Amino acid sequence: MGRRRSLGDLSYSLVIGTLATLALLIIVSPVVIVLTTSFTEGRSLKFPPTGFSLQWYEALFDASQSRQIHRAVYNSLEVAAWSTGFGILFGSMASLGLARNRHRLARVADGLFMSPLVLPGLTFGLAALMYFTLIGFRPSLNLIIAGHMIVTVPFIIRTTSASISQLDPALNDSSQSLGASWLYTMRRVTLPLIAPGIFAGAFLAFMASIDNVPVSLFLSTARTDMLPIRMWGMMESTLDPRIAAVSGVLIAAAFLLMLVMEWTVGLTRRMRD
Amino acid sequence: MTPERATGVARPRRKLPLAEWQLALPLALAFASIFLAPLVMLVGVSFFNDDKITQPGIGQWVKFLGDPFSYKVIADTMLLGIKTVCATIVIGYPLALIYLDASPRLQKVLIFIIVMPLLLSVVVRTFAWIVVLGREGVVNTLLLQLGIISEPLRLLQTELGLVISLTQIEMPLMLLPLISVMSRLDPNLRDASSALGASRWRTLFKVIVPLSMPGLVAGCLLVFASSTTAFISQTVIGGVRLIYLPLLIWQQSLVVFNWPFAAVVSLTLLVSVLTVVSALSYLGRRSGGYVHG
Repeated sequence: MGRRRSLGDLSYSLVIGTLATLALLIIVSPVVIVLTTSFTEGRSLKFPPTGFSLQWYEALFDASQSRQIHRAVYNSLEVAAWSTGFGILFGSMASLGLARNRHRLARVADGLFMSPLVLPGLTFGLAALMYFTLIGFRPSLNLIIAGHMIVTVPFIIRTTSASISQLDPALNDSSQSLGASWLYTMRRVTLPLIAPGIFAGAFLAFMASIDNVPVSLFLSTARTDMLPIRMWGMMESTLDPRIAAVSGVLIAAAFLLMLVMEWTVGLTRRMRD
Repeated sequence: MTPERATGVARPRRKLPLAEWQLALPLALAFASIFLAPLVMLVGVSFFNDDKITQPGIGQWVKFLGDPFSYKVIADTMLLGIKTVCATIVIGYPLALIYLDASPRLQKVLIFIIVMPLLLSVVVRTFAWIVVLGREGVVNTLLLQLGIISEPLRLLQTELGLVISLTQIEMPLMLLPLISVMSRLDPNLRDASSALGASRWRTLFKVIVPLSMPGLVAGCLLVFASSTTAFISQTVIGGVRLIYLPLLIWQQSLVVFNWPFAAVVSLTLLVSVLTVVSALSYLGRRSGGYVHG
């Protein structure tokens, strides 16, 4: 019996170990491969790349060659900044108003605010396009900002509400029983304590906006081009090797951001909980 | 019921001039005007027969639901989601188990590796798979050099290639809820199971899997909802010959400009995704009740 058990345990370690290694390989290798190919000397994106050069990065950073890409980057950053800003304002207000509220209507409102996370983004994107067009708006960055705010605000509400629920209500009560006004309590007690939660949510919302496809696909036009849509165009017809350089820049940016967020608010801990 | 009573907070001495719940009003207004109103309008538009949106009627619904091709597209889309979910479980669950047994230092590294792709644009992750699966890509180069194949395999524009890519693209969505639930499991339960003579396999299927069910179900929900609507990955890796609902919506709305038909297809996507998602979460709640009951 002892032998059978050790055989079973051996097969367990073998199977689980192999599958987990495969998972790690599948998660990591594409990222590494893209980074490597972006430095290719050749004109196509084959692997292993031929030689080493920065030609595609040079082409990407050249203002006259890659004007469309640059404009798409600026548009994406502008939309992400505004939509996250509005999201922080409206989202944290809504969390403060509803997180401790057990009333049925408050639960319904909370469910509504979180629903863009499960609703297919394409359905909302198409609905927004029809709505804005039929009531007479012309396509603009403002409309994209509004759409992005709706689909990214759930990230802010989720982390902020989690912070609020960990807050000891006694802190609030003692501050107010010591004579502090609501605003003073908010400014000096509540907000400093939930700020890391708001920041973590804002970071996720910002990244989700930069990465958003379904809303931008329907609301952006040639004049209001967004980065993911432009990149899709670069892959769809003939594969434009500059996309490897764009990817390289984005990988580096994600890596740096991740380190910064880990040091400041402990992002991974927040995402696990 | 007055709002103060509804919040159930002790009455403060100097309170805000308005009730606390009213802080949610700006967002509620925004959601009513730019989320609910468009969705209502989408339903309205689907009930017009012509693409100029002038004749009300159920013509587009009849056209879509009367065509066997529509059912094939719906089935393909749902199957794509199910295949991706299965693939992420088969390789993602073991990784979560390894994470559970790892030292705190290794756990930090693993969680970094798992979260990092999530911060990377979906478009970049999709592009990475073009480089991996293409004719001159990594897989073909490797297999050719090893002499396993004599000419490049066609992996792009096949469902297999798409499922492999989506497995990596959606993996963090499976792993994060799994790890979050698993790290709250009482380690004594596993020790007790093995002390009572259960093999590691038995402990896995009788103790760990049932207890991690809420995380597993949450992961399945996220992966399913995300992979069935992954427009960029589906069009770029799947190509135009593999037709899924998102491609159909895009073609009908932005290429053919038949908005009522596009509305019908996108409502179908909404209903089919939400049906599977709510069935899964119902199962999740039942299994949760079974474990704790």
